[in-house]
Amino acid sequence: MKLLVPVKRVVDYNVKVRVRSDGGGVETAGVKMSMNPFDEIAVEEAVRLKEKGIAEEIVAVSMGIAACAETIRTALAMGADRGILVETDAELQPLAVAKLLKAIVAKEDPQLVILGKQAIDDDMNATGQMLAALLGWPQGTFASRLLIEDGRCVVTREVDGGLETVSLALPAIVTTDLRLNEPRYASLPNIMKARKKPIETLTPAALGVDPAPRLQVLKTTEPPRRQAGVKVGSVAELVDKLKNEAKVI
Amino acid sequence: MTALVLLDHDGQAIKQPARSAVAAAQKLGAVHVLVAGAGIGAVAEAAAKLPGVAKVIAADAPAYAHGLAEPLADLLVALAPDYTHLLAAATASGKNVMPRVAALLDVQPISDISAVVDADTFVRPIYAGNALATVKSLDAKKVITVRATGFDPVPAEGGSAPIAPAPALSTPEISRFVSAELSKSERPELTAARIIISGGRGMQSGENFHLLDAIADKLHAAVGASRAAVDAGFVPNDYQVGQTGKIVAPELYVAVGISGAIQHLAGMKDSKVIVAINKDEEAPIFQIADYGLVADLFKALPELSQALESQS
Repeated sequence: MKLLVPVKRVVDYNVKVRVRSDGGGVETAGVKMSMNPFDEIAVEEAVRLKEKGIAEEIVAVSMGIAACAETIRTALAMGADRGILVETDAELQPLAVAKLLKAIVAKEDPQLVILGKQAIDDDMNATGQMLAALLGWPQGTFASRLLIEDGRCVVTREVDGGLETVSLALPAIVTTDLRLNEPRYASLPNIMKARKKPIETLTPAALGVDPAPRLQVLKTTEPPRRQAGVKVGSVAELVDKLKNEAKVI
Repeated sequence: MTALVLLDHDGQAIKQPARSAVAAAQKLGAVHVLVAGAGIGAVAEAAAKLPGVAKVIAADAPAYAHGLAEPLADLLVALAPDYTHLLAAATASGKNVMPRVAALLDVQPISDISAVVDADTFVRPIYAGNALATVKSLDAKKVITVRATGFDPVPAEGGSAPIAPAPALSTPEISRFVSAELSKSERPELTAARIIISGGRGMQSGENFHLLDAIADKLHAAVGASRAAVDAGFVPNDYQVGQTGKIVAPELYVAVGISGAIQHLAGMKDSKVIVAINKDEEAPIFQIADYGLVADLFKALPELSQALESQS
């Protein structure tokens, strides 16, 4: 089967983000950008399905400015076969991304789309579910295990009280949670090989999608800061403070 | 303006985050609630008692028994014409279902709101809570998930709303429930607990979490963990407090052997009182803790357990 794996270029998870002083968002100029960590897990899972002989081809998709091609190269170095870049300067929100992905699914006809459960920039946790809805496909969100069995996709999901397993008719959508796998580091030879793998460039207009945002960001602010309190010298002092000062126990 | 809230429940009782979602909806207009499941009569009756709820819609059918997103989303879409706002708590269930509803309605969902500014405008944390975005929806209908810690839950009792059945729908069966393995615990749930004690990488092993269990039992606390502890395999993921786990704001949060990565702080920094126990005095957790104890947790925890014993 063919797999589609969308990958997002985000501020690297190790970067301490700063709100711009004009309230116009978060500072991204000169900041290290990387693949969204949940998307790395999605790529890894796809590569493992290929290594098991279940998948034949993995197509990595990214959307945004031209630099998103670097994120696709990372996926290609991990083991994806080719890439599609939907190039646009427009701000893309999950609804637009889901519509663009739907158009790519129509073109590529994958049996399974594996996405990260959320991007660590906008923390929306929406695109996978929305793509599933637009396609009329079932969804296995927050996956910690994924099996292909008897023409179905069996997904164990991280839910609030523990784990839940669902069985989905294919084609299907899966979104990844942390424990699904541990993504590999691309080896140098594979990074070199990835440079030769093809990346096709498309535009929202060519895919017939209006990407206009539906959420207007009015302002971005720093959250209220918590002040450091006091150090206590002993367990006895801690218990005394909690009992008599904070009065929480 | 009328809002419809999808209530998260476990088949017996309404979950506390759902009552916070009702509280958020009350800032928008009249509130109806939807209870979906199989054999949910008792939950619907509990929903009718929530103060300020004008109507309970009960969808009692086998298709809803396990809260699968596909039939639930179709049900919400069928009910949507009567409402300006559709809401659910940002629990595993709400996060699974609501974006699907939004896409079917051609709406951009507004995830994890922590405040309501007006009927179109909301505040939501981004970048793991390192920034707050005030966003205005241009869609005619709003589809929202609610960060429970941003809204005090409505009381469980005080109302008496009528209960009406939901229209019967048939959804193609594209997904099937197979099984669930839910953690069995006598302790309160993380998202509803008054006190939480969490362990991090410093706990060194899953067995050592019994040191936290002993204290949790004395304080009637829930036990949580950092992502590092989950990644290391010490405890299951449903213990995880943080950006990618549960967002909590208890009266007292005790962080043990947790360094204080941004992603963990994002999940607990709204707690009323924070205690940090860590042997590394430079650990970032101390910068937000009300009370910090620089100590070896393997000495401090048994001492703490004993101190609580002699107090009670």
